[in-house]
Amino acid sequence: MISHELTLRARFVTSLLMQVRQSGKRRPMARRVTAVAILLGGAVALSGCVSVNAPDKPIVIELNINIKQEVIYRLAADAANTIEDNPDVF
Amino acid sequence: MINGFNKTGHSPLSQGLGGLMLGAALIAAPLAAQSANPALEAARSSGQVGEQTDGYLGFPGAASAETRRLADDINIKRRTIYVQKAQTNHVTVEEYAISTACQLILKTKLGEKYQAPDGSWKTRTAEAPLRDNRCPPAP
Repeated sequence: MISHELTLRARFVTSLLMQVRQSGKRRPMARRVTAVAILLGGAVALSGCVSVNAPDKPIVIELNINIKQEVIYRLAADAANTIEDNPDVF
Repeated sequence: MINGFNKTGHSPLSQGLGGLMLGAALIAAPLAAQSANPALEAARSSGQVGEQTDGYLGFPGAASAETRRLADDINIKRRTIYVQKAQTNHVTVEEYAISTACQLILKTKLGEKYQAPDGSWKTRTAEAPLRDNRCPPAP
């Protein structure tokens, strides 16, 4: 009787402990697997969706426009005088 | 330099002009008090020449050989002035010419031709002319 009880107890204890320990071990593994899966999935999704293409035309910044406008504004008075001083050609 | 027409109409410029142009120039002369060049004023008011966006005279339509010679002569003189003024102001000839064009287009009178920024020829109305957006606003 005692032995039976003991074995039962022992089984119960071991199985319970093992269950706890096994489940304790499994969880991080499962998490790792899911994490890796998510990462892989994300990487696949990203590489599938985002595509960066180099522009086929060179990038040109028009600095001339502002420089010329400044110059043209500055010359306005001088140009007006030139027109007045040369009525035979303007 | 041409000092405009004398009483008998024998300025160097007028010698190359035909009777028709000369007549038109003399009729238009009193109307254009600002310019000392009646031939230029006549060509302007008749729309044979117009002010371009680059500071030179152009032809909105078919122009006679006489009109072309007149405009070429004036454009050469204008260029000489632009070169001198560009040097004294330390800017490029193109910049000085464009700056002058801004003023010249603004000064066009009713019915005269001028070139819009897109290159098309316009007739001046009472409204402000279409000018390059780099031009300073009208005073």
